[in-house]
Amino acid sequence: MFDALAEKIQSAIGKIAKKGRIDEETLNKGLREIKLALLEADVNYKVVSDFIKDIKEKALGAKVTKGVTAVQQLVKIVHDELVKTLGEKAEPLNLKSKPSVILLIGLQGSGKTTTSAKLAKLLKKQGKKVLLTSVDIYRPAAMLQLKKLGEQISVPVFLEENEKDAAKIAEDALKKAKKEGYDVLIVDTAGRLHIDEEMLKEAKEIKERIHPDEVLFVSDAMTGQEAVNIAKAFDENVGMTGIVLTKLDSDARGGVALSVKGVTGKPIKFAGVGEKIDDFEPFYPDRVASRILGMGDVVSLVEKA
Amino acid sequence: KKTREALNFSVFKGREIDEELFEELEERLILADIGVKTSLQLIDELRKETKKRKLKTSDELLEVLKEKLKNLLSNYAGELRTENSPSVILVLGVNGVGKTTTIGKLAKQLKDKGKSVLLAAADTFRAAAIEQLEVWAERADVRIVKGSEGADPASVVFDAVQSLKARGEDILIVDTAGRLHNKDRLMKEIKKIKKVISREIPGEPSEILLVLDANTGQNAISQAKAFKEITDVTGIVLTKLDGTAKGGIVVAIASELKIPIKYIGIGEKIEDLRPFNPEEFVEELFS
Ligand SMILES: Nc1nc2c(ncn2[C@@H]2O[C@H](COP(=O)(O)OP(=O)(O)OP(=O)(O)O)[C@@H](O)[C@H]2O)c(=O)[nH]1
Ligand SMILES: Nc1nc2c(ncn2[C@@H]2O[C@H](COP(=O)(O)OP(=O)(O)OP(=O)(O)O)[C@@H](O)[C@H]2O)c(=O)[nH]1
Ligand SMILES: [Mg+2]
Ligand SMILES: [Mg+2]
Repeated sequence: MFDALAEKIQSAIGKIAKKGRIDEETLNKGLREIKLALLEADVNYKVVSDFIKDIKEKALGAKVTKGVTAVQQLVKIVHDELVKTLGEKAEPLNLKSKPSVILLIGLQGSGKTTTSAKLAKLLKKQGKKVLLTSVDIYRPAAMLQLKKLGEQISVPVFLEENEKDAAKIAEDALKKAKKEGYDVLIVDTAGRLHIDEEMLKEAKEIKERIHPDEVLFVSDAMTGQEAVNIAKAFDENVGMTGIVLTKLDSDARGGVALSVKGVTGKPIKFAGVGEKIDDFEPFYPDRVASRILGMGDVVSLVEKA
Repeated sequence: KKTREALNFSVFKGREIDEELFEELEERLILADIGVKTSLQLIDELRKETKKRKLKTSDELLEVLKEKLKNLLSNYAGELRTENSPSVILVLGVNGVGKTTTIGKLAKQLKDKGKSVLLAAADTFRAAAIEQLEVWAERADVRIVKGSEGADPASVVFDAVQSLKARGEDILIVDTAGRLHNKDRLMKEIKKIKKVISREIPGEPSEILLVLDANTGQNAISQAKAFKEITDVTGIVLTKLDGTAKGGIVVAIASELKIPIKYIGIGEKIEDLRPFNPEEFVEELFS
């Protein structure tokens, strides 16, 4: 029943854990193991420190459920706190306008174009009339990539391949969407660094010209410690309403979820779980919490007890 | 245009060596993605060195740390081997790390050195991957062999090798589809591609480059392990170092897996590829 983390904590704590309450000594030893586990899962160092402080307050003196050990109880407290931080349950898209506009932003290679197509297919299945557009005027064959994905899912893709003004393409796409009665316009953008001021300005400009209902920040689940700086810069310089976590089909522990959610406060709405267009699902905080802690059964064990 | 957010290492200047300093240093190493295990190890070694060498100030300590890292990395910095003609470079990595872009940059550099270069578009899976490489071939002014979308990558590689031999060209660079290292079927495909190459040109590929994204955290170790297990990775290319990510994970990879680092990517333009320089890399880590 025990998983790696619980075992590590157990061996760090030794016999003290037999007591009915979580005392300070038990806690400190346990928290060190938890801190290392979170860092190994790529949660940002500063986020970890704050998180551990919170946990300490919550866990000190907590009563241990009958039938489980203090270790299991501690892991459960951490898990629940993680789920809470991650947002309890998946938040749906908030699409109010007609047509509604979804703008995708993020670093190079994070999965924006793929996610655009995945979203289009999802919304189409819900009966919506969807238009895709790419305003990536930089990356070789970026527009063609979206065009091909659009063909795969029979969703029209609006392109202006010779236009050199990204915001203008977005505006033209929106005009078309309005005129032709589309329900949703999805705008794929070029990858950009969070420290490239000119490119951030471009993203902001696109956003201001088309007033998106949702600005989704697309983040790679394998990202390391820099995730907080990246997410923060995009949020401050462009603005976002939600997050999509891609490549969760990797074996990455996905601590980036906690970092990005923690620093922006914006909900994580979807998870990309593969290269295929159907590999897309709502974000499940509890699954990712277990994954970050590298654990399986402890939580359900405590819940059942 | 770009304002690099400095990690501000100056806070470590002119201090006494105490527990707090070690803790802050450890934090700094982890924040650079050096990895928990490797960071703890390094700090441990620093504690010992401090005693042994009777170090007094933080500046001395920092110098020792830098030397350690530089030594470690310089053991695992290497040049590209392309003396054989023909020689083949196989490029691998997970999704979106920068394989195709790196190939475009590399083709240009090799061409500028007077080599005749051929590209093989063996990513037949991702939408418009072939056309993307075609643009790079044009930019670098080199030839490309491609199949149709959905074709067997190994058969594209076979065709490319034949074409290379027929024309007597020097270097073939093979672009492959992004694949996650935890997907068995995709990983096995690499073996098949490699087999085709070594059957047609004994001794090749002379380079199997694993491309890693500097933004990647601990997972890069898992990537490097898995790719190394499936094939003989000869070197690493660390991309996207023009961001703020430090790419410290290569320190962990060098120390744990002993794979040399060959190039760094520092932008999206064709000239944005540099040989890996351990000295500069370490100075950057601490900038
Ligand atoms: N395994 C896996 N691969 C993914 C996922 N999402 C995207 N990818 C792959 O990641 C790579 C990059 O995806 P793109 O959609 O091209 O990324 P992008 O953000 O549009 O890239 P740029 O436009 O260059 O900035 C491609 O190989 C995709 O197939 C995912 O959830 N899982
Ligand atoms: N800033 C920056 N961007 C880079 C660098 N190298 C590649 N990129 C960008 O990263 C994105 C992905 O690059 P690709 O070359 O398509 O990556 P790939 O590994 O071939 O991707 P897949 O084939 O989809 O797995 C593109 O937007 C590139 O322009 C780099 O060194 N710095
Ligand atoms: Mg794209
Ligand atoms: Mg590619």
